[in-house]
Amino acid sequence: MPEACIYIARSSAIAARALAGEMMVMNSADSTFFTLNPVATAIFQAADGRTPLRDIVRDRVCEQFDVDPEQAQADAEQFVSELSSHGILLVSSQPLAPETP
Amino acid sequence: MSLMTEVGQKAFDLGVPLAVHMDVTYRCNERCVHCYLDHDDHGEMTTAEIKDVLDQLAEAGVFFITFSGGEVLMRRDFFEIVEYARRLMFNVKIKTNAVMIHEEEARRIRELGVDTIQISVYSHRPEVHDAITKLPHSFERTVKAIRFLREQGLRVTIANVLMTVNSSDHSGVQELAAELGVQYTLDPTITPMMDGDMSVLSLRIPGEELREIFRNPALVGNEEEFCAPPKPPSEEDLEGYSCSAGHSFCYISPYGDVFPCVQFPLPTGNIRQQKFLDIWNFSPQMNEVRSIQAKNLTVCSSCSHVSSCTRCPGLAYMEGSMRGPSTADCEKSFYRTGVPTANMLRQGLSKPRTMAINTAPLIQIRPIAVPA
Repeated sequence: MPEACIYIARSSAIAARALAGEMMVMNSADSTFFTLNPVATAIFQAADGRTPLRDIVRDRVCEQFDVDPEQAQADAEQFVSELSSHGILLVSSQPLAPETP
Repeated sequence: MSLMTEVGQKAFDLGVPLAVHMDVTYRCNERCVHCYLDHDDHGEMTTAEIKDVLDQLAEAGVFFITFSGGEVLMRRDFFEIVEYARRLMFNVKIKTNAVMIHEEEARRIRELGVDTIQISVYSHRPEVHDAITKLPHSFERTVKAIRFLREQGLRVTIANVLMTVNSSDHSGVQELAAELGVQYTLDPTITPMMDGDMSVLSLRIPGEELREIFRNPALVGNEEEFCAPPKPPSEEDLEGYSCSAGHSFCYISPYGDVFPCVQFPLPTGNIRQQKFLDIWNFSPQMNEVRSIQAKNLTVCSSCSHVSSCTRCPGLAYMEGSMRGPSTADCEKSFYRTGVPTANMLRQGLSKPRTMAINTAPLIQIRPIAVPA
């Protein structure tokens, strides 16, 4: 059975900026504040709504960080699920148009 | 330590300008009796110039940006500026009197993902508020705007500047804030006018009233903790800095002048002549501000309050020296704890002078002349 394709895009409700290699992210709707480690930052920055998550993990995570691909995919899915529950990332099985304020 | 505090400390240690306060105009539709600004337009930055500054700030690592004035909505391009800032993923806060905010503006602010809107309310009594703003019906319009913003689910904070003419109204404004479902913040600081006029300082609330405010749990929380006598400073306290001004925070005027803080009128450069990061990293004035540790303060280093005082280096600068004391903060420390400050003791005072009007030189926030 083919693996389901997941597309991710950053919500337009968030503010984000890199500080010393880590991404600060805040959701203006509820002021939840996160800092993302370098791996999560790479996924977040690549969340353009058009690139499937598995390609992001392959090209932006496994290429740049010394991680096991299967573990990286599982961790990425967990990370995406968590950020999506806070309204930071939008997740879809179809490509997403990037949100703009 | 909260995550936000941790990030703030990291930015401070790395010298990253995490937060910037940008006044987009000094023009205003109100004429508040205590306002320190000159409301004429001496050549505000254009829309394109502000967008360029925002690009530079994003590149420099600025995360929090506060747009203020004057009244921000006096600029017809204000929403275009906010939209641009949000596209650059800034966390945007707005300070406004809100009288120009109706349903449509409130909806636009929500769509743009603005974090917080801070609105000045001086009294729960319309006649007192309007007498301070000198704009008839401003109270009614401001409160109506707050309701529009709340209907959009936006976070609003009422900022209540306390002065002689409204000093007894803070509890009424607090109740109003609760009724409107918004946050409340109180500020007893009155700043000299930008043209050097000190007369507005006569509006500062007298010390005895300050003492009452500091003992009001509804305003300060745990009164015992808030008013506790100062602890002897540790070595770490003496190695510390006054605030984030020039370390992880700065102020940009509508004319592109960069200062360490909105309340610190030390010119460090103009963004129309230099890149922001060149000013931030290499301005001798900015670096001087950054170099001052508590142990370097001329009077305050020997003060028992040094570790807990809210000493503002900008107000101290306006009194003559950024390393000197800020009389207004000495007053606050004294009326908060009952313990005289080193600045008072050296003048032989057991309590502050009746009025804290000092003999500050006429230091002003003015547009710096930019060659055509």
